[in-house]
Amino acid sequence: MIFIRKLWAIVWKDLLSELRTKEMILSMCLFSFLVLIIFSFALGTEVMDLKTIVPGILWVVFIFSGLMGLGRAFGAERDKGTLSGLLLCPLSPWGIYLAKVVGTFIFTAIMEIFTLSIFIILFNLNLLPVLLPIGLIIFLGTLGFSAIGTLFSAMSAATKSRDTILSILVFPITVPMLIAAVKATETILAGKAVAEVYPSLKILIAFDLIYLLIAYLTFTFIIEE
Amino acid sequence: MTKRIFEIAFEVVTFLLMFAAIYAIFIYAPIEKTMGIVQKIFYLHVPAAFLAFSAFFITFLASIVYLYKKDQKWDVIAYCSAEVGVLFCTIVLITGPIWAKPVWNVWWTWDPRLTTTLILWFIYLAYLMLRGVVRENQRANLSAVFGIIGFANVPITFFAIRLWRTIHPVIITSEGINISKPMKYTLLLTFCAFFLFFLSLLKNRIKLERLKINTENVKAVYEEIFSS
Repeated sequence: MIFIRKLWAIVWKDLLSELRTKEMILSMCLFSFLVLIIFSFALGTEVMDLKTIVPGILWVVFIFSGLMGLGRAFGAERDKGTLSGLLLCPLSPWGIYLAKVVGTFIFTAIMEIFTLSIFIILFNLNLLPVLLPIGLIIFLGTLGFSAIGTLFSAMSAATKSRDTILSILVFPITVPMLIAAVKATETILAGKAVAEVYPSLKILIAFDLIYLLIAYLTFTFIIEE
Repeated sequence: MTKRIFEIAFEVVTFLLMFAAIYAIFIYAPIEKTMGIVQKIFYLHVPAAFLAFSAFFITFLASIVYLYKKDQKWDVIAYCSAEVGVLFCTIVLITGPIWAKPVWNVWWTWDPRLTTTLILWFIYLAYLMLRGVVRENQRANLSAVFGIIGFANVPITFFAIRLWRTIHPVIITSEGINISKPMKYTLLLTFCAFFLFFLSLLKNRIKLERLKINTENVKAVYEEIFSS
């Protein structure tokens, strides 16, 4: 219980400092909006089968815009020199990591809800009947993305060329998550039975658990100087 | 002294075996009936693939041991093995399409094995890049963690792609190549030759890296003396 309260304190600190400036969340949302517009232009007006390409576009937008938020998780701490203060918190490194994952997850989720609503308007999609399974897929995908993203954010904060190296690290590792999430979204949008997405969901869950476990075992080494 | 002799003998044996392998590939092994001469690339492709995966596995193990023991020796092994692995992986990714084009009629298919290899190549290139840009005092730690994450990605990617390809039928269903005896011997020989080649590359790369670290240390001491 105390662990959760401490964890929440860090999450709240991040939320509060973001609420004061709204710098990151606004740029993430604006970026995702722009990418959606670009996709609409690039695909033209007469797309043959929208349902087959929609999941791909959606997840590409999620990952690209999510990446903008990732760099900030630890990058901002290092820039302001508050990282050592954060490490002095009476919380294990794993707890700090988890708090950052929750923060990243919240920011990414806000961006995703925004993107999804724009998406529904632009591509004329009716998501209401499948909101629950889609929500579950996005939840699992975003959790995995935040888990590895936060880990790599801490890594790239210790490098010279921060944003470039972050994307180079994140993209190849997210491939299985992306494949499973796109496949699952596609199955749901095609109106197939929920049972058909179980294999994809299994991979998403395995992805989340494996990377959270690896982070649990290795995060101490990343932040130690 | 005996160590030096042993080292030279090792290099000579590797060299001779590589020669024997080239002879076996081009002269001894028969030309495959359906695929023709292009099938000979198989003797290069398969050992290289096996060694690339082994090299990344060595990086994975050495990274774990490094985090456990904090001995720089293991970091050097992980680094050098990743570098040699990327080299062999590049050979695999170049020879693969050359073989695939005449046989499957496409340069590339999104088969699980192909895709996993490609992703693995990207991951370990990222590993090498990460080492280049990270601050020195954290280099070993961060790259060890990434070495572990990268290898843990292999099974997940493999299963994810198996899931994905079901909607994208691929040209190849199985790699049922009937191998005759001379072909089998040739493959075995190239395997041994490549394995020794891999070991000698790895060994020399580690030696070079150690020399580099020693030089850095000597330089640091030298600068310290002269600045004071």
